[in-house]
This record gives sequence, C-alpha cells and structure tokens, in this order.
Amino acid sequence: MREQELRGLVAEVKDGTLSRRSFVQRMVALGLTAPMATMMLAHHGVAMAQPSSAYTPTKAGGGGPLKLLFWQAPTLLNPHFAVGTKDQEGSRLFYEPLAGWDPEGNMVPILAAEVPSRENGGLAADGMSVTWKLKRGVKWHDGKPFTADDVVFTWKYASNPETAAVTSGSYIDVVTEKIDDHTVVVKFKKATPFWGDAFVAALGQIIPKHLFEDYIGAKSRDAPTNLKPVGTGPYRFVEFKPGDIVRGERNPDYHRPNRPFFDTVEMKGGGDAVSAARAVLQTGEFDYAWNTQVEDEVLLRMEAGGKGRTMITEGGDIEFIQLQTCDPWTEIDGERASLKAPHPIMTDKAVRQAIGLLVDRTSIQKFIYGRTGVATPNFLTNPKQFRSAKATWEFNAEKAAQLLESAGWKRGADGVRAKDGKRLKFVFQTSINAPRQKTQAIIKQACQRAGIDLELKSVVGSVFFSSDVANPDTYTKFYCDMQMFTTTMTQPDAERFMNQYCSWEAATKENKWQGRNIVRWRSEDYDRLFRAGQGELDPVKRAALFVQMNDLVIADGHVMGVVNRPKTAAVINKLKTNVSGWDNSLWLIGEWFREA
Amino acid sequence: MGSYLVRRLLIAIPSLIGISLVLFTVLALAPGDPFGELATNPNVPPEVREALRVKFGLDDPIMVRYLRWIVAMAQGDWGFSFASRINVDTLILQRLPTTLFVVGSSQILALMIALPIGVYAATKPYSIFDQVANTLAFVGFSLPTFFTGLLFILVFSVQLDWLPFVYRSDISATGWQFYWQHLRQAIMPIAVLGLFQAASYTRYIRSAVLDVIRLDYVTTARAKGLDEGIVIVKHVVRNALIPVVTLVALQMPAIFGGAIVTEQIFRVPGIGSLLIDAILANDTPVIMAVTFVFSCLVVFFNLVADILYGWLDPRISYR
Repeated sequence: MREQELRGLVAEVKDGTLSRRSFVQRMVALGLTAPMATMMLAHHGVAMAQPSSAYTPTKAGGGGPLKLLFWQAPTLLNPHFAVGTKDQEGSRLFYEPLAGWDPEGNMVPILAAEVPSRENGGLAADGMSVTWKLKRGVKWHDGKPFTADDVVFTWKYASNPETAAVTSGSYIDVVTEKIDDHTVVVKFKKATPFWGDAFVAALGQIIPKHLFEDYIGAKSRDAPTNLKPVGTGPYRFVEFKPGDIVRGERNPDYHRPNRPFFDTVEMKGGGDAVSAARAVLQTGEFDYAWNTQVEDEVLLRMEAGGKGRTMITEGGDIEFIQLQTCDPWTEIDGERASLKAPHPIMTDKAVRQAIGLLVDRTSIQKFIYGRTGVATPNFLTNPKQFRSAKATWEFNAEKAAQLLESAGWKRGADGVRAKDGKRLKFVFQTSINAPRQKTQAIIKQACQRAGIDLELKSVVGSVFFSSDVANPDTYTKFYCDMQMFTTTMTQPDAERFMNQYCSWEAATKENKWQGRNIVRWRSEDYDRLFRAGQGELDPVKRAALFVQMNDLVIADGHVMGVVNRPKTAAVINKLKTNVSGWDNSLWLIGEWFREA
Repeated sequence: MGSYLVRRLLIAIPSLIGISLVLFTVLALAPGDPFGELATNPNVPPEVREALRVKFGLDDPIMVRYLRWIVAMAQGDWGFSFASRINVDTLILQRLPTTLFVVGSSQILALMIALPIGVYAATKPYSIFDQVANTLAFVGFSLPTFFTGLLFILVFSVQLDWLPFVYRSDISATGWQFYWQHLRQAIMPIAVLGLFQAASYTRYIRSAVLDVIRLDYVTTARAKGLDEGIVIVKHVVRNALIPVVTLVALQMPAIFGGAIVTEQIFRVPGIGSLLIDAILANDTPVIMAVTFVFSCLVVFFNLVADILYGWLDPRISYR
C-alpha cells in the first residue's frame, strides 16, 4: 500500500467512515505493528482509543494474596539496571512509566494525565518535541509528591554514561526540561516520528529524585533504593531476596480509584517453565506463571484438569531462519563470513527459494509449537486475528526439486545435488531447545527429499546467545550456512526492529560482531528506504517505507519467518489479568482481580 | 590437640588458594559473559555494554582480575554480584539457612534410617530382613534425586494434593501454623535427599559392622557374658563408625552438590540454586564465592572427620 492510499484511510478514520479498529487491522495486515498504526492516527489528530477497563471491583483491597510464579526470578529491582525482562517485571510491581502500551497497541496514560496529541498541544508539529502533562495528586510510597522534577531526574540518571543504565538508549539522544511542576517537555535532536520511547513502557519507569539524587553516575550501585524500591505503583515494597522472592503489599494511596484488588503480591522464582505451569494448572498453588514456553502438548494435558488456562498474548517475537550471505568456510584477515567473500552457493536465488519451499511451517506449528507458535513467512509479524491473508507460504518438495533441477543442480549418486563441483551440503545451527531441534529435523528431512544435505548443529543457549567475542559458535558470528533463532521485538515501533538489515549494521570482526545485521544481507535499496524512514516525519509516508523494507527482505529469501511466538502464561480460572504483548506482562498489575 | 588444629588450618590455606586459582582460570576461560543478555537487546547501545564491562573490570587480564579478587577476599570483601549488584556475602547469607536446614535435616534423616537398619542387617546377615534392606538400598541409590523428586511431586502434589511443591522462604503464617507450613513444604525435598543418602549409608554401615562383628574382641566381650545389646552398641558400632564418619564427612560437600538438583526441582532458595542461577547468568563473583564456600566445606569436614576419629578410637592421636 502506498502513501496515497494510506492517507485516504487516515482521512476516512477522521471523518468516521472507517473505524479505528479496522484501520489498525488493515495496517497490521500490511506488516506494521498495531502501536505504529495507532501512533499514525495520533499524528493526524485522531484521538487514541479509550481503553475499556474490565475492572469490576468497587473498592481497593480485600482480594487476599496474589501469587505469581516466575521461573526466572528478578535479581535486581532498579528498572534502569534491568538485565532482562524478569528484572523489568519485578520493578514494574512498584514503579510506573508515564504511559504503557495496551494489547491493541494503544498508548495508555499511567503517570501522565493524558496521551500527548496534536489537539491537546502535546505533539509539536515539527516532530521536535513532545510535551507530557503529569497526573496530579500522585504520591511516592514514602508520601512525597510525584512531580516533573522526578521525570527530569530520571532522564538525567538514565542518560548519564557513568550510571551505565541499560535504558540509556532511550535517553541519551533526548533532552528533558521542566515547564512547571506537572509538565515536562522531551526535546529531540532531530524530527522523531516515534516519540513513545522515553518515559514509556518498560524502559520508561520513573524513579524518585529524592532517593536517587545522591546516587547518580559512578555511585549508582550504592543506592539503598536499588534493593528497596520506592515507587508510585499499586504495590508497596515489602521484601526482596534476589533470585528468590519479591513481595509487596497494597498501596493504600494508589492514584487510580478502587485499585489494586489484592492485599499482597508475591513473585516467587526458581525452577523451570514446565513445573511453573504445573504449579498453576495442576495444583493451583500459584495464580499466575510467567512465560510458560513449554510444548503445547504438555500445556494442553495440564489444562485438562480444569484448574487453569494458558493465556496467549500476541507480540512481535519471531522464530526465523537466516541463510548466510557470506562464505563462512573461508577465512579472510582472521574473519570467517567476511563481507569480502560472498557465499559460494547461497548467492544462487534458486537455492534460497528451494529452501524456502522446504520449510514445512504447517507441520512445525501443528506438531511442535501448537498455540505457542503460529506459522508465518514474514519477518515483521502481527496479532493473529489481524494477520494478512495475502501473506502465504508453500511447502512443496517437488517444486523445490524442479527449481534446483532447472537451475542446473543435478543429483549425484548419493542423492545430493551438485553443480560445478559444489554440493548442496549446508550446516544448519540453532540453540539447544527441544522445539528447535525438532524443527531442524523436519527441515532436514524435507531437504533430503529435494536433494539438499543439511548437517544439523546445536549449540548450548548460553554460548549461542552470548556476546563472547572469543567463541566461534555465537549466533552473532553466524559461522555456518543456515541458522534459526527468535528475535524479540522489544519496542512497538519498527525502526529498531528493522535496522537489523541495514548494511552498516553488518556483524563483522571490526565491530566485534556487535552489529545487528547478523545475516549480513546488504541492499542499497533497503539502506535508502531505512534512512528515508528515519528522517521521515510524516507517519503515513514512514509506514509505507517500512512496508517496502519488509517486502524487500522477505522477497530476497535470505530471511524467512517460521513461526510467530506469542507470550504464554498459565493463569488460574478466576483470575482476570491485563497482559500486553507490547509491554511487560505486569504493566497493569493494578488492574488484575479475582472474580467472585 | 590445639597445635594440631592450627597446623591443619595452616595447611588448608595453600590448598584453598590453589583451588581458587584453578576455579578462577576455568571461569575466565569459560564462554559467555554476565552481560550476554544485553547483547540481544536492541534497546541497549553497544557503548553501554562496553561501559559496564569496563566498570566491572571484565576486560582486564585474568591475572589482574584474580589478584584483585584474592586481595579483596583476604580482606573479607566477597565482591558483588554483577547480576544483582549487591554484595555476594549478603546473597549467600540469605540462602545459607535454607540450605543448612534442608541438607542438615536430610542428613539426620538419612542417618536415623541407615544406622539401625545397617547395624541390624549386619547382625543378621542373609536373613530376610537383610535381603529386603539390601534390595531397597540398591533401588534407593540407583534412582537419581531428580527422578524421585519428580515422582514425589506427581504423586503427593499433583495426584493426592497433600503437599506443596514450591518451597517458600517466607511464610506469612505465625505460631504453630508457621512451623507446620515450613515442615510441610520441606517434607519432600528432605525425604528425597535423605532417602537417597540413607540407601548408600545403609550399605556402608552394614559392611563396616560386618567387618568388626567377627573380630576377637567382640567374641571376648560376648564370652564375658555381656548383654548382646551392649556388645553391639559399645563394642561393635563404636568401632564400625570410623569408616562411616569418613564417608559422611566427605559426602557433605557432595550433598550440597546433590542438593543443587533437588533445590532446583522444589525451588528451594538455597546455595545450590544460587549457584545454578549464577552459572546461567555468568555471574563470576557469585560462582567464585559459592564454589569457594564448597571447597572450604571440603577442607572443614575433613578436619571434623579427623577429630571424630580420635574421639571414636583413642588409639588415633593428634600428631
């Protein structure tokens, strides 16, 4: 869909002939994320949808304890040091950002009084700033008022290089200024189409100035509040044992009326995903188990007891396959898969297309992932109910064989095809994980039928996903022909997600393989589109650019989606949650309640 | 005795230094780093990862890092965890009581089962009782704890719904309820560890007692007309215990190791699960501290064993 059409659609939403919802659905079908689509509307003066709350309790408290089981437990409770999602989730019990993302991708104000828009003067027309109005009457857990100073301080804290905050990526390029006690303005260095980054969602949790101001920069590790968080959230801190348990109690002064429902909350850690699911679905010892990434078959068997259910939340995470673009078997200047040496076989598009035809996504979904992995050929994926019918894939071993045959790859005596002395024999690596090894086996079998020999390699996860420069088996080095892993979409905007294919991001020895373009796919067209997208203020034009980028990558065949991986969690029957695929699971823990 | 103790403790120092050097080198050579997870996070700029590595001294040469570690250690500074950014000693002290409670109780349980059964089986070798005890012991130590642990969970938690299988370090109940809940959640991990140990101890005690029971001095004691019970307890068991003490003492660190698996299964927040988490997170200071505690335990229990020998058999002197 091109710019003209998009513009037409936005206009239709504006005058009411097209519903917001169907607009978002159409955008998502195009390969955009739901939050991007809603931001697009916001830019054009269409108000964000009012999220409807299903919260029914009429008074706060009285709900007893809420017991959450996180098999990966939080090890620290400062959101700006959070090494992984687990730490962000732990912090989220106590801290809050200005706004979060709901499951539909709408921005929901939390500590902000309202979502900034053109109408309310929040968004500058030139895209150089966003003004946030803060909610009044919000108190920190120690009784001090929450003001603009805290927001400005959070920016100072996170952007200070000495602090080494993991959230710094969202803060170093912006400047935050106080306008009055309840208004702050975030200024950008260049026109920024996606303004919902700093102070929003997991990376945007605001910390109190009065408790952290003496611990900024190099002294950041010594802050007592790192271990005893004081936030504005629905629960107040009680106890924390790293890697074991986090406990909180109801915040009687919480700024949203009648919330939270539960009197205490506890987050217990340890063990593994299977037994976590069991503690909810089979014994009911816990109310909620986070990230139950277990084979669906096992989950279904546990659910049969009728105590709980598996909750599936759509997000952008995708399990996908990369076909190497460079030669991983020849060393040039101490570097394998160097940009100087193209892959001897994978450069043949017929081979890539054949492999694409040999990935049996239907079986992979059906027999391996079940509800926890939805087949897709795309890289940028979307919620299931919105998935485009246009995007299709095919599993056809005969067609693949024909394709290879006509490209000159003839079967040898051993059934493996060869051409000019080069045999279709590839090494296919992934991390050790039961579903991945099963997927590898399915693909290997199909490839065998078409005359491609795959050698399967599996690397232990802690090595595969490490940034260890000395190890040849990390996924960022990608020292083989094919690999498969999941890439997570941590942000509801596609810019950071799509920079994985910019040529300057190619992982090389020079950048210690820190570049995000692991497949080392390079296209001038793509680079041009990406640069244009970065500087493009008009969200409609920008969206059209991202759609083109996605199509470009997929069409070339070096990258192919296998399954989209939604968030899974186990929940006991009467618990009502509000989990979003675009934010932390506990982003709105204050809205959770148990039905009578 | 006093000088013996001092001498033994002095000998322990170089061995502990040697152990720490080996541990440190192995860890430094192992793949992965504590900030690996940040590498996969597109929101974290590479500069931040670099800054963190520099801040925590991860890029310094191994020798420099080792020296820094050992100097700090000598001053009682255990370092701080990269993952939690809190002091390692705090972290370990938080976990230690639970481990001691679970492992200690399981050892007591194991000895309470193994001693009477082993001794009785040895006094009546090849009787029905002996054969049944032997068979059970073989079954017991052939089954790994992760298997029996899962079996217990499936039977007692899932099927019968009698016991909880998630161990909680904090129990909100008070009074008797507190002890009752603690006991309830500890039953399965203690039983799994205790029964496994009991099985091997039974075999060992039986053969130790068998060795002693035929010696002349036992026959002499009987000939003096002593009561059979007194002969067994005072003359046989006391002497038979010497090898058993060695076994139990040397098993202690291994049991902490065995508890790693059990702690993982039942989510017991002990040292074992701390070690596993630290290894998965490549949290070197924590791994160093925990493994170092284990090596200290080995040295310590060896010493305890040596002292117990002398108490059991006065002929062994401390020289």
